[in-house]
Amino acid sequence: MSKEWPLWEVFIRGQHGLSHRHVGSLHAPDAEMAVKNARDVYTRRNEGQSIWVVEARHVTASNPSDKGPMYEPSESKVYRHPTFFDIPDDAGAM
Amino acid sequence: MSALYEFCLRMGDSTLVLGHRVSEWCGLAPVLEEDIALANTALDLIGQTQLWLGLAAEVEGSGKTADDLAFLRDVWDFRNALLCELPNGDFGQTLMRQYLFDEWHLGMLKALQGSSDDRVSAIADKAVKEASYHLERSRDTVIGLGDGTEESHARMQAALDYLYPYVGEFFIADALDDAAAKEGIAPELNSLKAGYDAAIAATMNAATLTLPESKFAHKGGRTGRTHTEHLGHMLTNMQWLQRAYPGASW
Repeated sequence: MSKEWPLWEVFIRGQHGLSHRHVGSLHAPDAEMAVKNARDVYTRRNEGQSIWVVEARHVTASNPSDKGPMYEPSESKVYRHPTFFDIPDDAGAM
Repeated sequence: MSALYEFCLRMGDSTLVLGHRVSEWCGLAPVLEEDIALANTALDLIGQTQLWLGLAAEVEGSGKTADDLAFLRDVWDFRNALLCELPNGDFGQTLMRQYLFDEWHLGMLKALQGSSDDRVSAIADKAVKEASYHLERSRDTVIGLGDGTEESHARMQAALDYLYPYVGEFFIADALDDAAAKEGIAPELNSLKAGYDAAIAATMNAATLTLPESKFAHKGGRTGRTHTEHLGHMLTNMQWLQRAYPGASW
């Protein structure tokens, strides 16, 4: 068994209404200690209202070598951006 | 000397001395996360020291500052509990000392929130949140290491055996403690004991550690009658700069 603590990814929500953002990672023996360590490492300057941690091995990532089939097909589909509508003046800012 | 002045020294010297001890880990803790956590704890304690010694200086009324009290008094003038000045030892011993302190500290601060002196209750209101977190962290670590590997268990039991005889001092009142209680500044020290004993019994049980049977208590730190040989060494380090370069600031 490895003596190294598992790696955790840390997500912090800065204020109400915003979403949690990935801020970094750290090591901890379990989930509770990961939250505490995240509090001590990443919220020292009043950055946080809420913390999520997830063990890094539970994150499934896309494969960088699949970049072509994964992302390039959407490059040519400009019609998916809702930029072709004329907004009536009295609708105001959207 | 007034009961309030003496009480502020007893609180502020304990947080100062423990804060300095904990800061000695800075850059040396076993893992980065613990290093930062210990530094945070040390800074909280030093911050509380500024409030307690600031109030002590104000009450004393001769124009001294919190810094004067921290850096220009000698060892026999310190009023910290002996537990706070004991050496760090290994990481487990440091966390056991922290836990034994935090459990008392939080109970004391909660009682002080109802102090008859508004300045005391204001300090307690601020410090109680910090102490709650310190306790949560130190308790979890004591349980984790106590109920951990054979080696961590043995180290934590040795730390408890070494440190436990120093906790009794927190509950032994002298005339000044009695005067502070009478004026409503602070609680009767003994009134915190039952809660403390129950809490540490539960924690040690979860940590699979055995509380020593002996009720012998080292004392003398809070009254200033006698300190351990460790405090003087710590102060030579902590006070060196102000002693060598009086009035130096940045």
